[in-house]
Amino acid sequence: MNRANIFNIQKFSVHDGPGIRTTVFFKGCPLKCLWCHNPESQYINTQILYDRDKCALCGTCEKICPKKAIKIENSLLTTDEAKCDCCGQCVIYCIQGARQIAGKEYTVDDVLKEVLKDRVFYEKSSGGVTLSGGEPLIHIDFVEELLKKLKDNNIHTAVDTCGAVSFDNLKRAAEYTDVFLYDIKLMDDEKHLEFTGMSNKLILENLKKVSEIHKNINLRMPIIEGVNGDEEHIIKTIEFIEGLNISKVNLLPYHDIAKHKYKKLGKVYEDDRMSKPSDEKMQKFKEMFENKGYKAKIGG
Amino acid sequence: MRGYTERTKMLRQESVSTQPRVSLERALLETEFYKNNFGTVEIPVLRAMNFKYLMENRKLYIGEGELIVGEKSEGPQVVPTFPELCAHTVEDMTVMNERKFINFKVIEEDKIVQAETILPYWQNKSTRDKILSSMTQEWKDCYAAGMFTEFMEQRAPGHTVADDKFYHKGFLEFKKEIAEAIDELDFLNDNVAYDKKAQLEAMAISCDAIMIYGQRYAAYARGLAEKETNPQRKEELLWIAGNCDVVPANKPETYAQALQMYWFVHIGITTELNTWDAFSPGKLDQYLYPFYKKEKEEGTIDYHKARELMECLWIKFNNQPAPPKVGITLKESGTYTDFANFNSGGIDPYTGDDGVNDVSYIILDTMDEMRLLQPSSNVQISEKTPDEFLRRAVEISRKGWGQPAFYNTEELIQELLNAGKTLEDARFGGSSGCVETGCHGREAYVLTGYLNVPKIFELTMNNGFDKYTNKLIGIQTGNPEDFKSYEELEAALFNQLEYIINVKIRGNNVIEKIFAEHMPSPFMSVLTTGCKETGKDYNAGGAKYNTRYIQIVGIGTITDCLASVKYNVFEQRRFTMKELLAAIDANFEGHDMLHNLVLNHTPKYGNDDDYADDIMLDVFKNVRDVIRGRKAVCGGTYQIDMLPTTCHIYFGSVMTASANGRLKEKPVTDGISPEKGADTNGPTAVIKSCAKMDHTSTGGTLLNQKFTPSSISGEEGLDNVSALIRAYFHMMGHHIQFNVIDKSTLLDAQKNPDEYKDLIVRVAGYSDHFNNLEKALQDEIIDRTEQSFN
Repeated sequence: MNRANIFNIQKFSVHDGPGIRTTVFFKGCPLKCLWCHNPESQYINTQILYDRDKCALCGTCEKICPKKAIKIENSLLTTDEAKCDCCGQCVIYCIQGARQIAGKEYTVDDVLKEVLKDRVFYEKSSGGVTLSGGEPLIHIDFVEELLKKLKDNNIHTAVDTCGAVSFDNLKRAAEYTDVFLYDIKLMDDEKHLEFTGMSNKLILENLKKVSEIHKNINLRMPIIEGVNGDEEHIIKTIEFIEGLNISKVNLLPYHDIAKHKYKKLGKVYEDDRMSKPSDEKMQKFKEMFENKGYKAKIGG
Repeated sequence: MRGYTERTKMLRQESVSTQPRVSLERALLETEFYKNNFGTVEIPVLRAMNFKYLMENRKLYIGEGELIVGEKSEGPQVVPTFPELCAHTVEDMTVMNERKFINFKVIEEDKIVQAETILPYWQNKSTRDKILSSMTQEWKDCYAAGMFTEFMEQRAPGHTVADDKFYHKGFLEFKKEIAEAIDELDFLNDNVAYDKKAQLEAMAISCDAIMIYGQRYAAYARGLAEKETNPQRKEELLWIAGNCDVVPANKPETYAQALQMYWFVHIGITTELNTWDAFSPGKLDQYLYPFYKKEKEEGTIDYHKARELMECLWIKFNNQPAPPKVGITLKESGTYTDFANFNSGGIDPYTGDDGVNDVSYIILDTMDEMRLLQPSSNVQISEKTPDEFLRRAVEISRKGWGQPAFYNTEELIQELLNAGKTLEDARFGGSSGCVETGCHGREAYVLTGYLNVPKIFELTMNNGFDKYTNKLIGIQTGNPEDFKSYEELEAALFNQLEYIINVKIRGNNVIEKIFAEHMPSPFMSVLTTGCKETGKDYNAGGAKYNTRYIQIVGIGTITDCLASVKYNVFEQRRFTMKELLAAIDANFEGHDMLHNLVLNHTPKYGNDDDYADDIMLDVFKNVRDVIRGRKAVCGGTYQIDMLPTTCHIYFGSVMTASANGRLKEKPVTDGISPEKGADTNGPTAVIKSCAKMDHTSTGGTLLNQKFTPSSISGEEGLDNVSALIRAYFHMMGHHIQFNVIDKSTLLDAQKNPDEYKDLIVRVAGYSDHFNNLEKALQDEIIDRTEQSFN
């Protein structure tokens, strides 16, 4: 039985494909985008999130941890990740809610059972199930089996991918995927490397190849002032996608509501380099796509 | 200013800006009548003559610009009192005059009249006096402890809805039918023929009463027309007189006369005895449409005219606040709302086909424009209802003031069929004031009071002892510290539950008899199928169907309490029963860890999690089966519904902390909604959990869902909310309603009430001005889980 680490199964998800959906968020991603609003999705295994501001240093977790992984010394709490097996006891017994667990191992049937609970809503809204992350396609064996079972149940499927995976993975998923939500972050490869940690070559190459085997691709483009909030980026994207099977473009304006998550992960959020694009700019970008005959939308 | 025309703008403004006040006109007329006539005739005849006396002598009112006429008292926002039911003390009058919420102005002279004329006659004679002196000590203890409430303490059975009868027949014809029924009485073989005769004569007299009222209005309008200098208004007054010449004596011929007919009947019913509890027009779009269609074809009406007239009727409802309540009865349901309710859409009751028609849309447009507390309005959504109608209703609903609510036609019909009604009658089914279901015009469905189910659990946890009144009021079901298993606890709870329900029903049976004997409603009986046929009163089991409801409050709270004990004490063994009881006693102060565990790390109802939802089902089935189908004294049967009005606030206020982490005195859950903050999996999970109970075995359930505006915006928002409703109804959910306001707006409104005078929120089966709500209820609405998008 295939297993994968999933950090959230979000019901009544309405911005990740058509209708009322359930989105399954997988853990692990080849990219490390600076603005990632699910930073807990980047690392492939289960993690403990710790909010230092909420912590009262009461010592309960230190006492309760069966692995003795937590230490409080000099008003500083540390978790020895080598010892911690993410059993979650410290989360349950933290009165302050300073500790959270991100990620849980699921079998395909576990996930299927959970997402089928909302089947009636998919049917009434022409919705379905979206696989997102992280990057779902790094779990291709799991994803392929899950997608196939969803299609056996007549459920509409969407796969939200960054494209930075082997084309074979995309191909295996494509057979059971009704719509790809394909992310394009930066057309400029140097900047792509700088802001996401990877070159965009594979991503763009894969987009072309997916278009050859799949009819329904929605482009999803985060727009971040300071990263890609320039017309040049839009113009280059439009040039690139000419002739591809792009059925819709979603322009997603940057927001910083995920900021607090970085702190809990012990990561730095470089928000001085990023800001929200103006409404006028978003509107203009949208029109640029529309003028070329694309269906475009601001937001998911 | 809101209003489709200048006329309705002006009328609406008057309705919303007038301070409610009390008038003793009705009380004085009635007292005078009783002094002269009590003891001379049989009780039903006395009541009918009293009603006629009121309709003959009360002041008439035609406001400037009005097209539909008739008021419950002397004018807009003036309320009558009903000393035969509850004779307010002078102190009560001072309270209602001075209290901050739901206040009614009472002039000083009226307090003197009350003390010198009204009270001396009615003291110890009102039904309230009769009821309170007939109750057992057990009942009084439970009542004082807030185990249940009693609807009829200050009011009469009501909550009923009109069908189509009086659109096809006038009161002359009703009277003729009654005379025939009297002729057919068999005094040789029928040993209650005499009682029937008195009842039927009373019904005939009440027909006269309403016809006299109509004639008086015709004459009054003509008199005003004679003096009127504005030729347009003169013509309107003559037009009103012409309508009142036709109705209520004869059946209406036009759309306007049909509206006027309804309104005369409404005033008649609410003057006679239905003090508080709503008389409603039911499926008005179905009944009006033939008139509208005919006139439209003849070219005598268009959308514009029909819409203006509908708004005139709408304002009439808002002119009639519910008469003032006092004491616990006010706490149960603190509102001016009289619970009149429209049921639009659904199916055509004659054919079972889709019922949405032009008038259905006129009603939606009127509701949207008027944005008034009263009438409460809802739509019925059937599988056959076009998406266009549903989307239009959702579009209004998401504006955030709580109307319309959504009801499931197929489920309503199934409820009624399950309760033994015929399909023909069930198609005339719908809700009345709140979510309770009945066959309109054919059924007396009487709400008898709310049952505080979470407090029954509290009693069980204290071996029958109530910590609020410091008394042993339940049965001793054992010390919970001695329970070896969850099953033992559950068994103790169900024993306690049965005991409390028996105390309530014993009281109900006495109260029902008091009303049957002393307070018949002959006018209501004319309009209810079965009464004429059996010669029995509406309040004595005369209707074709008779249902007595007990309203179950707090299913969410009790489910989470049981889940908490089962999970934490008996399964995970995180703490002992003794530790839990100590934490509850301390209101969780100093028990932070235990509080954290029960509040944040325990399965809860409302998450589509079978662990908690199965417990909900156990409780639901048990409560239902103890009540449902039991015989009431006048031939009816008992049934449950799951609605709170605002009683969940009162019930919470008389309770200690709960095993689910709820703090003492905080509200328990409303309707079938999950506990605040417990539903962390979003609206689809809430809906799934709620749909697990068999709604069709109840008489109605209430589900509140709150959304932030941003989460349901745009065309896709309309689609998604429509789909949520369709999905819930596909799973046979009964009712769902929405509050669409963000938390920050509500918090700001609490701080700056003057800036939010127009803010209306959905409370329970009705909406109210946010400013009219006491702080605890405001807090409760703010705390209801805000369902949002990620």
